[in-house]
This record gives sequence, structure tokens and C-alpha cells, in this order.
Amino acid sequence: MAERIVIDPITRIEGHLRVEIEVKDGIITDAYSAGTMVRGIETILKGRDPRDAWAFVGRVCGVCTSTHSLTSVRTVENALGISVPPNAELIRNLMANALYIQDHVVHFYVLHALDWVDVVSALSGDPAEASQIAQSISSWPKSSVGYFAEVKKRLRNFVESGQLGIFANGYWGHKAYKLPPAVNLMAVAHYLEALEFQKELVKVHTIFGGKNPHPNYLVGGVPCSINIDEANAVNAERLAFVGKLFEDAKTFVEQVYIPDLLAIASFYKSDWGAIGGGLTNYLSFGDFPTNGYNNPESFKMPRGVILGRDLSKVHEVQADDPSQIQEFVNNSWYEYSKGDGVGLHPWEGETKLNYTGPKPPYDHLDVSQKYSWVKTPRWKGNAMEVGPLSRMLVGYASGREDYKEVIESTLKTLDVPVEALFSTLGRTAARGLETKLTCDWALGFYQQLLDNIKNGDSRTQNNEKWEPESWPETAKGIGMVEAPRGALSHFIVINQRKIENYQLVVPTTWNASPRDPEGKRSAYEESLIGTPVADPNIPLEVLRTIHSFDPCLACAVHVYDENGSHVHEFKTY
Amino acid sequence: MEKKQPSFYEEVRAEGITRKDFLKFCATMTAFMGIEASGIGQVVKALETKPRLPVIWFHFQECTCCSESFIRASHPIAASIVLDKISLDYQETLMAASGVQAEEAYKTVMEKFPGEYIVMVEGSIPTENEAYCCIGGRSALQILEEAVANSKAVVAWGNCASAGCVQAASPNPTGAQPVHKVISGKPVINVQGCPPIADVMAGVVVHLLTFDRIPQLDNLGRPKAFYSRRVHDTCYRRANFDAGLFVESFDDEGAKKGYCLYKMGCKGPVTYNSCGIIKWNDGTSYPIQSGHPCIGCAEAGFWDNGPFYQRLPSFAGFGIETTADKIGVGLGVATAAGIAGHAIVTNIRKHREITNTQEAASESETTNS
Repeated sequence: MAERIVIDPITRIEGHLRVEIEVKDGIITDAYSAGTMVRGIETILKGRDPRDAWAFVGRVCGVCTSTHSLTSVRTVENALGISVPPNAELIRNLMANALYIQDHVVHFYVLHALDWVDVVSALSGDPAEASQIAQSISSWPKSSVGYFAEVKKRLRNFVESGQLGIFANGYWGHKAYKLPPAVNLMAVAHYLEALEFQKELVKVHTIFGGKNPHPNYLVGGVPCSINIDEANAVNAERLAFVGKLFEDAKTFVEQVYIPDLLAIASFYKSDWGAIGGGLTNYLSFGDFPTNGYNNPESFKMPRGVILGRDLSKVHEVQADDPSQIQEFVNNSWYEYSKGDGVGLHPWEGETKLNYTGPKPPYDHLDVSQKYSWVKTPRWKGNAMEVGPLSRMLVGYASGREDYKEVIESTLKTLDVPVEALFSTLGRTAARGLETKLTCDWALGFYQQLLDNIKNGDSRTQNNEKWEPESWPETAKGIGMVEAPRGALSHFIVINQRKIENYQLVVPTTWNASPRDPEGKRSAYEESLIGTPVADPNIPLEVLRTIHSFDPCLACAVHVYDENGSHVHEFKTY
Repeated sequence: MEKKQPSFYEEVRAEGITRKDFLKFCATMTAFMGIEASGIGQVVKALETKPRLPVIWFHFQECTCCSESFIRASHPIAASIVLDKISLDYQETLMAASGVQAEEAYKTVMEKFPGEYIVMVEGSIPTENEAYCCIGGRSALQILEEAVANSKAVVAWGNCASAGCVQAASPNPTGAQPVHKVISGKPVINVQGCPPIADVMAGVVVHLLTFDRIPQLDNLGRPKAFYSRRVHDTCYRRANFDAGLFVESFDDEGAKKGYCLYKMGCKGPVTYNSCGIIKWNDGTSYPIQSGHPCIGCAEAGFWDNGPFYQRLPSFAGFGIETTADKIGVGLGVATAAGIAGHAIVTNIRKHREITNTQEAASESETTNS
């Protein structure tokens, strides 16, 4: 008989996620993913100044901080027909690059590593062996025997204190941990280094946006001005600072993150390169424009859809086509006026909170009814996976040389076939490879910014349509961003210069949603089916796959406004 | 046999931090907390000898920006406080365990250290329907009430836990409430901001460790050390305000020279925070320095204080409209008319000094090139 296991809270994620699994004979036979917190930010946006929206939606998430703000300014600019100066596009790209690198590094070490790395085993790691391994895979300078001996000593002192803090009650000693003690020791050392590293690169946000988390954005460009002859603006010192931060990031990624990823993957590839693949459909909106957002062909990261893992064809995405993206609430705690079986495009979206679950405290959710605050989006009726794996696959299938190079060399290094990408480990590896690409793009954008300034262009803002008097009576827009966690889109309806409707379809909404009316599972649920679980009470294997998606639940759960409205004009990308 | 908990000092020494660095850190923290220099010894002694403070950190209706800010603490030792100088026994973003193992972690603290542990809260609490935020099948309110009952004090991180933040903005669809509105009988420290500045968070923790009591709070429950000055009063662009030099539109000449952002809607004059003093991310910058007006994120209800880009009509203590308009926009006319009044004259003089210096600088550059 199948056993029902509840994992709640799922930790080392953003937000509140609950997973219920059914296990039979040591294998997961069914899975349910539920978002258990709701705030209602879209409702709050109603009636406000569209130029303020970036700040509100920025607070949807403080982990992928800035990504909703960027989406929001793109959305408003799309509705009002505003194009931003080249420097603003470059600065936005640099801020997004900084987020990708910082967020992916934090995910790998702080949120995901403890699923693969046994901290207690590191206590018996031999520093000499750790040093030898580290030096064999990387030229990172902190790899001496003395260094690892010191880390080991710190760790031992910590454990002997009897207060394990964040490491308390971990799954240490679980037989699914496969790394030798010395590799665990190396990884723990890099966990601590990553914590130090992450607070540096975000200074790119602070320089251009004044703070992090939650840097400032501006409709029409970016708030910072460039003046190389002024201490109070982005000048040579500030630019040099940005350059150094990205150079350091590239070094860390190439000398620590990627070698660690490959080393750890080599111990887990035989099983985790085949577990957790889940859905076979992948969606990417693409990003990092090099010639204005209206030219998707200029993106560093291409747009497209892959269906049925067929890498020979990339399908076109048209987010403003109402027949392509639809959202369902048949299993979510909302109700639609036309009945809960229909799907609605976000511009026609409706909201009504309708909690029908058990009154807390409860032991189980009734999964035959509504069971989550996350809605269920579909692309042409298909459940889609979004995120780094989807982007890498779309880039690879689109024939992009930089994508092909990193993917093929990695498959060769690990000696695995391309099918290994469709797995938990493939998802985790894709995130690392994408980080490597992003480092190179960032340095390119940085150089272009310097060249522009050198050539006399210091503009960072387009004020032509700043004043609401210059806007049409009504407008409608879409903004898309590839957030670190996947395809993100915002939809706005402006009426009488105020927000009439504002809606978000977020990466984790795609991935973490409950079943659609046809009973089709979304990415998290599907990816868990068939996963072996050694001990149902210590479900480490579930965490590996769920964490490989990098969940962000605050993003995924939100409320839609009641009135879809009819507006005459909108621009398409 | 259970070992004695090591003190903060023993911890940092074990991590390879030198005594010199440790003392430097104590001095910095003492300065941040507004304690006189003679208090440094007290900070040093407390951190050297006190055992680690057990902490339970909850996430409710929030975006995790407070946790993210916390791990950005700029001083190396402040970063290490986050991990293990306090005993961070339950923190969903960082902890290894999930599910029942995670819940056990905070229940253990509640059993082992009644009256000694600190509850830190990130996020607001929904009151419209408790099911709007559940963890492990229990509501935020149930979890919070139980944990607070035997705690020593409560730290409300950020605007969500202090004032409800964005989800409490009109019409507050989930009935989101700050911590101090839903619990009673325990001191609550409201560490404001969206998020609070990392080093302010570290400063509050060190205060708790050092003095074994909560810091002095203002009438809104905010630590006076960090929230007793307006951003406006500590702003490095303040001289431009006094001189009537304003940015009139984003990226204009004034913006390129770092003029005052008051007319662009800056809420610095009504916002109490340490942005101008401590700044963000290791002192790198703060919103105004990077060209954007302060949006007032450390104040309760700031989301509903009018559009962000609309200038404040007036604020206490300053005839702001007079100053901004007459000095700024109407400068030439005002000067010709020979307006009396010392303050105004001083401001005009300042205005001239600043503009003359800048003109001289740009002239000399023209000559050079």
C-alpha cells in the first residue's frame, strides 16, 4: 500500500512550499505541490501610478530581487511605447547579469549543496587529500593543505559546541550521500567562501540602483546618471568598481563553482543523471537584448519552446496571443466567474480568493479538491518547465555557438549522453553552465558601456513620456524577462493614467502549480514520479529534485484582479 | 555529556579571526550603536564571555529580502554572526533540515531554553483568514503565539513584520498585520526598512548579545541608534537642498551634478533611517547617491503615502515649498528683488558657491582640453 508523506516546510527555498508524496515499495508513485501563503499584491496595485509599479512588484521577491522590477518597467514601457537609451539597456543587463551570477552561486552552495554534501562527513576529510583534489580540478589559490586543515578545525569546533544551528537535524549519514570525506570537506570550505562572495557582486546593484536587496528602477531608463567628471554620478571610479566586481565573479565561477559542480556531478551522474526529468516541454522567453527589447533576435539568450524533448525544432512564443498562455484554477484556492474548468489569458484574468482547504492546524490537504495558492499556467495546453535547463536547451536547439560549446564540453567531461540533461542533475548543471555564459556576456556589456561613454553618449533616461499628460487614455502592455528561475511575464492595463489591472505569470507558477483540468501534472509533481526514496521519513531525494528547480514561492502565489478589461491598443514584441 | 557553549569570542577565534580584528569589529559596532567610546570594553567583554544566544527565525508573509539583506552584512565578522555567533536554530532559508526535522529544531529550542531564546520574524501575519499563511499545516498566528510565549524578546525584521509593508497597503486584501499588533506581553524591536540595512541588523543582534537587554526604542519601537535621524538630515546632497539646487527631471544637468532629488519626490525629509550614514552593501552607495529619490521604505504605511515621484507638499520644521520654489526655480528673480532674511540669503550664497565652483571647474576643463 502506498504511504503518504508530507514535507512541509520545504526549506532552503524562497517562500512556503509543501510537498505531499505517495511512496510504494520505495518509489514515489504520486506527488502534490502546494503553495501555502498568499499576499494579494496585484489587487493592491489597482488604481496606482504605473511608474510606481516596479517598487510594488519588486517586493514580490527579495531573493531574485530586481527581476520583477525590471519586468515591470519593461511592461509599462511596452504599454506606453517608450524605448530606453542604449546605456540604460546596458546597465539593466549588467544588473540582471549580476543577479544571475549571485543568485545561481547562492543557490548552488547555500540552497542546494547540502542535498549532495554531507557536512558531518567533512569532519573526517583529510586536508591533504582535499588539497590534492582541489588543485587537480582548479587553479583557485585557496587550496593549500593548511587552508583545508583550518576549515576542518573550524567545523570541528562548531560541531563540538553542541549547537548545530542551521545544520541541526540535517540528513547527515544518509546513504544517498556519495561524496568521499575529502570532497565533502572541499565543498564545505567553498560553501563558506560562497557566502562571502555573494555579498560582493550585488554591489553592482548598489552602484546603479542604490541598494540591494531591492535596488531602484525607473520607467524610461535607469535612475543613475553618468558623468565622468563628477563625484556624484557614475564616473570612472564607479565604473572601475563594476568592472572589478565582474572580473572577480568570473574568476569565482570558473575556478570554484564550475569545478565543484563537475566534481560533485561525477559522483552522482550514474543515477541522478537519469532521475527527476519530469516534463518534456521547455519554455524560454529569452533575454539580454543587445539592440532594444523589441528585437528578440538580438537577445543573447534566445526565445522559444521545445516540445517532447525534440531538440530539432524550436517553436515560436507569442505571449500576447490569448490562445497561447492560459491559467487555470481548478486545483487552486480561487474561483472564476465562468466556472473553474476554463483557462483565462492573464489580460482576462479574474480573482477571487476562495479558500476551501482544511482549517489549520491540519495534517493533510485534500488533493482531490483545490490544494494550493498557486495557479496553473499552460502554453497551448501544455505543461511547461521553465528555468536554466529550459534556457540551455532552447539555446542549444537554436544552434547558438556559445551554448553548444559549454554543453558539449560538459557532456564530454562527464562522459554522459545528451539525454542526461533531462534530469535533476541536468537541471543543476544547466544553472552552472548558464552562469558561465552570463559572466562573459557581462564583461561584453561592460565594455560596450565604456565605449558608449567614450564616444560621448552618457544618456541614461528617456523622459519623453514621463509625464502622464503625454500618455494615451488607455494602454495595455506586456513585459517579459528571463528571471534566474525562468520565464517571467507581467501584464498591465492602464486606464485614465492609472493601473486598472496588473498581473504576473511567474517561473515558479509554471513549475510548482497543481494539476490542470485534464489532470496533467506540472513540473515539480511530474519530476518526482519514479524517484527512489530510501527512507520515507528522511526524504532527501525529494529535496534534491525540488531544489534543482530553485523554488521561489512568494513569486508564484499572487492574486489576480477581478476585471479583465477591454483596451484598444497594445504593442507586441 | 553536553559541552559548554563557546562564547562569541571563542567562536570567532576558532574561525581564524585575530584578536585585533575582533576588537576592530567591536569598535565599529559600538560606533554604529551610538554608544560612547568608553562602552567598547563592555562590548568586547560581553562578546568574549557570553554563550551563544538561541534564535528562532520565522518567515511569514514576506519576500525573504530581510534574510538576503542579513547575509550581506558587510563586516566579515558580521557575516559570521549570521551563521553561528548566535545559534540560528531555525531559519528556513538557510537550514539543512526540512519538514518534521525542521519543526523539531525550533521545538527543541523552546523546550531547552525557555525565557532565553529570541524570536525573529520576517513577514506579516494574515488575520483575514489564518489559512493565508500556513507552515507545516499550522497558521502563522498559531506558530507565532506559541513561540513567543516563552521567548525573551521578539525582533521584527523589516517593514513587513514592523508595519505590514506592501501586503498591508490599501486595500490590504489578506488583513496583513505586523507582529506587535498580534502578540502582547513581550518587547518587540521593530527593525524597519524594506529590507533593513544589513549592518543595522547586525548592530541590533550585537546589542542584544552585548547588553543582554533590548536597545533603546523610539515610540514606534525602532532602535533609536539607527532610526532617530531623517535621511534628509544626514544626506550628503543636503547642501544642494539648502542652496535650492534641484534635479528637475531624471538625467538632466542637475542629476548629472548630484543635485537634490526633493522635486523628484524624495521622501528623505519624512523618513527615519541610517542610509545616509551607514549606507548599503559595505558603504557602497544608497538610493539618493545613485540618483533615485528615497521612497521612504523604513516608514509605516509608506506604500500609501502618495505616488513616489510626487514631491512632498510640506514637512515639519521647514517651509519647504518656499525654499524649493523661491530659491530653486525663481532664483534670478528672487535675487534681483533683494529678498531679506538671513536663511534665504545664506542659501543663495551657498547656491552661488556651488554653481560657481562647478562653472570654474568646467571652464578650467575647457581650457585644458
